[in-house]
Amino acid sequence: MMNYVAESPGSPDTPPGAAPEPAVQAEALTVVRGPRTVLRGIDFTVPRGQITGLLGPSGCGKSTLMRSIVGTQAKVTGTLNVLGRPAGHPALRTRIGYVTQAPSVYDDLTVRQNLDYFAAILDPGRTAATRRHEVDRVLTDVDLATHADALAGNLSGGQRSRVSLAVALLGTPELLVLDEPTVGLDPVLRRDLWTLFHDIAASRGATLLISSHVMDEAERCHRLLLMREGEVLADDTPDALRTRTGSDTVEAAFLHLVDEAVATGRQKGTTR
Amino acid sequence: MSTPTTTAVTTTTAPAPASALSVARTTATATRVLRQLRHDPRTIALLLLIPCLMLVLLRYVFDGSPRTFDNIGASLLGIFPLITMFLVTSIATLRERTSGTLERLLAMPLGKGDLIAGYALAFGFLAIIQSAVATGLAVWFLGLDVTGSPWLLLLVALLDALLGTALGLFVSAFAASEYQAVQFMPAVIFPQLLLCGLFTPRSDMHPVLEAVSDVLPMSYAVDGMNEVLKHTDMTATFVRDALIVAGCALLVLCLGAATLRRRTA
Repeated sequence: MMNYVAESPGSPDTPPGAAPEPAVQAEALTVVRGPRTVLRGIDFTVPRGQITGLLGPSGCGKSTLMRSIVGTQAKVTGTLNVLGRPAGHPALRTRIGYVTQAPSVYDDLTVRQNLDYFAAILDPGRTAATRRHEVDRVLTDVDLATHADALAGNLSGGQRSRVSLAVALLGTPELLVLDEPTVGLDPVLRRDLWTLFHDIAASRGATLLISSHVMDEAERCHRLLLMREGEVLADDTPDALRTRTGSDTVEAAFLHLVDEAVATGRQKGTTR
Repeated sequence: MSTPTTTAVTTTTAPAPASALSVARTTATATRVLRQLRHDPRTIALLLLIPCLMLVLLRYVFDGSPRTFDNIGASLLGIFPLITMFLVTSIATLRERTSGTLERLLAMPLGKGDLIAGYALAFGFLAIIQSAVATGLAVWFLGLDVTGSPWLLLLVALLDALLGTALGLFVSAFAASEYQAVQFMPAVIFPQLLLCGLFTPRSDMHPVLEAVSDVLPMSYAVDGMNEVLKHTDMTATFVRDALIVAGCALLVLCLGAATLRRRTA
């Protein structure tokens, strides 16, 4: 796979949907964890400037896929290009924001101290004032400005996961990889966060890859990747999925595709 | 490491955002570690008070033989920072691994060297305070008889602390839980404690054990302390001891850096 060394000019600025080069492109992507093959030679693309939902039951390989894209997963084979470079390339580390499933923040620091530290790691060159300004911005984004001086360990689960999300928003990344960012949040907060995600995609042209096992969130995505047992069942828009399967909801479409996959699996006999 | 494609990237790439060691990122990390500790005043109090209490205890255990107190007391001034920094670092690093913050940091433009140097800097600073308090107490209030400069005692204590930090960092890579991490303390530290010449001169040990003690860094830490105790100026042996402890610390720190993996299963 050739890389776009010649730098297609302004690719992050191209309007949503029209980008020639996808944010993520995978071919025959396979990941082995211990004795288990978690991802089985999957192909997919994530277009730029849009929200792509990664859906599927727990244990289907969503988190492994996300870790591969971010470059923290070992034993990745096949092709995986992220923002025009091989996944895990050092130049990508400032361009990707990543939120793990469990909030990864320091419980024994305040919210502001957490963000201060990660901001300093991302871009140590800035003055304390610009950094403070940026920390204030992401605190407002995740609605935690009033809790800036609380210890992260004293916050509720939902609040802590929002601190973790705020860290990923530092430095205006081009690609946000969010592993179940809305789990355990109340409906109001979930709605607000999805509004924020759409705002980030629309105003900054950023690409978002968001995993969830809650199917109603799928309706809020521009595109969907449906996964099951390490394979991609579908890679399409929510509308196209519903039409193709003749279903009313994405959930019904997903179930339809699963039944289909199980049926073809049986026909092939005991391939697995 | 199996990165999918490794072709044609490096030629025209902009300078990688994460160099091996960046001063700003290292100091940011050290500041962060110290801020974490500041929210935990009890740990700080324990770190500072326990060595002092042990020295007081020791002083009155050897009430009748001040000479013995001098010997053991000086050795302990070198051993405390090593043990405490070992424990603190191995737990801190393990927490960093299990909480996911390490994975997050390594997905960011942080060099492995930045993280390790940051920890070494923060705990080194803490060790200086700990050693200063303990040395001050021993020399001025408990009558520890030091022939050489107390500053040299402090220097050895700092090197010992760095060695402890290095060992803790390295060992934490092999611990999957806090329980295991704490068990590494007796496994790594106790043999050195027995063999370093604290209980009996190393020359009196079984030749095999003496040979083993020759390659354990704590032996040189204790040796260096005793040199300061007995000689007015910096002896060649002292310089050798200090260099060996510093070299070991550096070596183990590099080994520790090698255990940090950006990609994990």
